Amino acid sequence: MFNAALSGDRRSLAQLLSVVEAGGDDFEFVAPKLLASAKGIHTIGLTGAPGAGKSTLTDAMIGEALRAQRKIAVIAVDPSSPFTGGAILGDRVRLSDEHARDESVFVRSLASRGQLGGLSLAVPGMISALDAAGWPIALVETVGVGQSEVAIAASADTTVVVVNPGWGDEVQANKAGLLEVADILVVNKSDRPGADATVRDLERMLHLGAARSWNPPIVKTIAAEGKGADVLWQAINDHRAFMEASGEWEERRRTRRLVELRERVTSALQRISTDIEKNEGQDIAMRVANGELDPATGAAQLRAMLGKRLGD
Amino acid sequence: MTAARILVAKTSLDGHWRGINVVSRALRDGGFEVILAGMVTADTIARVAADEDVDLIGLNVGGRVEVVERILDTLAEHGVKTPVFAGGTIPHYAVEKLEKRGVRCFPPGSSLDDIVACARELTGTVA
Ligand SMILES: Nc1nc2c(ncn2[C@@H]2O[C@H](COP(=O)(O)OP(=O)(O)OP(=O)(O)O)[C@@H](O)[C@H]2O)c(=O)[nH]1
Ligand SMILES: [Mg+2]
Repeated sequence: MFNAALSGDRRSLAQLLSVVEAGGDDFEFVAPKLLASAKGIHTIGLTGAPGAGKSTLTDAMIGEALRAQRKIAVIAVDPSSPFTGGAILGDRVRLSDEHARDESVFVRSLASRGQLGGLSLAVPGMISALDAAGWPIALVETVGVGQSEVAIAASADTTVVVVNPGWGDEVQANKAGLLEVADILVVNKSDRPGADATVRDLERMLHLGAARSWNPPIVKTIAAEGKGADVLWQAINDHRAFMEASGEWEERRRTRRLVELRERVTSALQRISTDIEKNEGQDIAMRVANGELDPATGAAQLRAMLGKRLGD
Repeated sequence: MTAARILVAKTSLDGHWRGINVVSRALRDGGFEVILAGMVTADTIARVAADEDVDLIGLNVGGRVEVVERILDTLAEHGVKTPVFAGGTIPHYAVEKLEKRGVRCFPPGSSLDDIVACARELTGTVA
């Protein structure tokens, strides 16, 4: 399956992506091979508030990429229900039928799982798989709420933040964080009033921030009419050229690899510790829950059990 | 453990999303990952089922059963062996026809619990 995936068989790639997403032993088996086949995929993160038009913009960007005869892969992330673990992955609804069945397009929907580390492990792994299979560009759509835009920025080469006209009038919370991760800002739905005022607001806010070697350009789009996607691609390509010239292309990759390393260790430890809590540490957890044992002492005892398990 | 994945596609151009939305939510609440494809052609359904590596395909029928039969033919041509179930306005005479081809049918009035249970059975997952 692995070799077939790398030589261009779509069905095998789809199955490989499932293996990567599951992240178990099978993934650890293929991970070194993925690295050996890495070609240098350009990962573009697309984030913004719910309904900002990210999926519609993705569809417009696919259209442009196809016109330029470029292959493009998309990972579309939607939130999982924290209660049932289920999810409705609805981003494909905005994808035109023509794009959905084009040989040069590969779209994969992914649930965030709401678990710590879930998304930050699945996305980089899936990008490595797409890279190894020869896809030169991966577009990753995530809903930007709070921490997650930072998470996605960590796994993208170019982060595009999508806002709408009137964005400047909203509450301040989160804005600084969004501007900080943005390599490119998009004012989508520019057919609506206030687009130019929003561009000016963004310019002003960018000026207030710390000086950067790359000044994030602001692009107006009307994704629903396919307008502005060409300008956006130009900005993305400029950003890539900047990164390659400045060394940031490699620098971001180095940071990303270390982040993934830490995430994988942390999530493995967390899995074991949760398991301990349900087994040999059940008594301790119960006593902490009842207020008979203080959490710090309980943690020290669970840590000792963790040490024992790791020693095995 | 990753959740079982179900592709849900519309097979008619009518603007009726209510049924699809209600069933999708029930499946999500049952712990499934539902991939909504919207209105797509038969070839696209085959393509999406493969690319998304789904465990089950759900077709929303809008009265015209010939469309569903064409989709089944296309899936077979593409070698897609994923199980299929169907809901929506499936005419009485068509239920038998589709079930003969291995498609479990849920015409109007079917209970959401039955649909979710069927999804569990077809994907081999437990609650
Ligand atoms: N007027 C206008 N509407 C747009 C434009 N782009 C997208 N929309 C509409 O905005 C709504 C949301 O679009 P989506 O592309 O689904 O937005 P999204 O950001 O992907 O949404 P989530 O994935 O749910 O967070 C849809 O009704 C689109 O038709 C635009 O340029 N102008
Ligand atoms: Mg979307």
